[in-house]
Amino acid sequence: MIGTDTGMSFSRNRVAAMVRRYWYLLRSSWPRILDLIYWPTVQMLMWGFLQVYISQNAGFFARAGGVFIGSVLLWDILFRGQLGFSISFLEEMYARNLGNIMMSPLRPAEFLLSLMIMSVVRLSIGMIPVSLLAIAFFGFNLWALGLALAAFFVNLILTSWSVGIFVAGLLLRNGLGAESMAWTIMFLFLPLTCVYYPVAVLPEWLQYVAWALPPTYVFEGMRALVIDHVFRADLMAEAFAFNVVLFAAASWAFFTLLRSARVQGSLLQTGE
Amino acid sequence: MNAESASAIAVDNLVKRYKSVAAVDGISFRLAPGSITGLLGGNGAGKTTTIAMIMGLVTPTAGSVSVLGADMPRDRYRVLHRMNFESPYVDMPMRLTVRQNLSVFAQLYAVPDIAGRIASLGADLELTELLDRPTGKLSAGQKTRVSLAKALLNKPEVLLLDEPTASLDPDTADWVRSRLERYRAEHGATVLLASHNMGEVERLCERVIIMKTGRIEDDDTPVHLLSRYGRETLEEVFLDVARGRRHREAAQ
Repeated sequence: MIGTDTGMSFSRNRVAAMVRRYWYLLRSSWPRILDLIYWPTVQMLMWGFLQVYISQNAGFFARAGGVFIGSVLLWDILFRGQLGFSISFLEEMYARNLGNIMMSPLRPAEFLLSLMIMSVVRLSIGMIPVSLLAIAFFGFNLWALGLALAAFFVNLILTSWSVGIFVAGLLLRNGLGAESMAWTIMFLFLPLTCVYYPVAVLPEWLQYVAWALPPTYVFEGMRALVIDHVFRADLMAEAFAFNVVLFAAASWAFFTLLRSARVQGSLLQTGE
Repeated sequence: MNAESASAIAVDNLVKRYKSVAAVDGISFRLAPGSITGLLGGNGAGKTTTIAMIMGLVTPTAGSVSVLGADMPRDRYRVLHRMNFESPYVDMPMRLTVRQNLSVFAQLYAVPDIAGRIASLGADLELTELLDRPTGKLSAGQKTRVSLAKALLNKPEVLLLDEPTASLDPDTADWVRSRLERYRAEHGATVLLASHNMGEVERLCERVIIMKTGRIEDDDTPVHLLSRYGRETLEEVFLDVARGRRHREAAQ
């Protein structure tokens, strides 16, 4: 036996190994890279041109330039962040490599951290070019939001990781039968987190649900910033608090589902 | 030192039930350090489930498994870096080159001098020319050699092999067996080998455990099994067990 990285401790080396594994895969496949940029670009262009059209015909939208395009870019951080996490996990299932991973000394927490890092890498490949296109086409500079953008990003990526962790648990427990969850679960957040309209539009009882979801605070905060030029630090703090709870709940669910997968023997059969 | 701590692998009254079906039904055995043991059985006999419980991938319904003194699956992270496995039912990522795959797993197993270890295994397993080719472009035999390289990366003390030569031509299968024999001789590793290939088990194993419907039907050296069943080959012994024919001593 060789190797010194033993014991129960967390290992940055093992996390780095997994990040390297996903990076090798990504750079070996141009369709995978193209896919990261394609949909965010299409979405940004569609909503951008729609906003241009509306703003030329309605006084409110003329004053609130950038709301739609800001919404779509932040929504993409949320959605693509979760997809980046879940797709990296799914790659292991498609490759029938999960047995090798689960049998290695890699701890589940290290596995999750490597998936979080890859979600940021994949998101960056997609979103940085798209944010530059938004400047070129519509004069909307996401980066000009400065520190507010950092607060929005942290809260959105935390939510996307929580959802990704929960979906990974479902995939471990139920195999590829749960794959559709990876692609669709975030769309439940689209109407409830009020991406394109204020929370006040919702019926009162649904507003309670909306305010229990961290991204709602981010999208409200973005509208406050773009329309009223006010940074709502209180909303960001509340979003962060909800994110901490959501992340803890998702982690608990993941480890519970992993335990259940070991009991049910699901780790041996990760197919349909 | 008690028997459990002296054994590389200790399995006691191990049971795995899926609802009302017992995949493994109260088996016990101990493997001495440095031994090589064959686990025989037909489809559904419980071999893969047994190996999965030894690896800590499946939690037993009852009983216990200990590997190198660590209770599985509870204490698996104490020993996973000292074990490894190979199975035709698990693949390596196809788009990564052989070298990339091996270096990722070497880092996961904290192998020092990764480049040196890969070069050494490459030479040993005749993979040097293949190291920079995508794993998915290799033949079945070449992929098996890559899987074997992955299984030997960390110089494991316990090696679990689930049908390591399945779907290989006789020449490649023989080549793989030679490498396994050599590794065991050089490193004193404990090897548990599940196989349908009786010739392979006869050649490699000093002990054979035969399973049927989740239970151990027999457990002895190949020589004793042949003698007790009055057979020429392990295949005939296996057929006797599979078809419920009792061995000579029991019949008498």
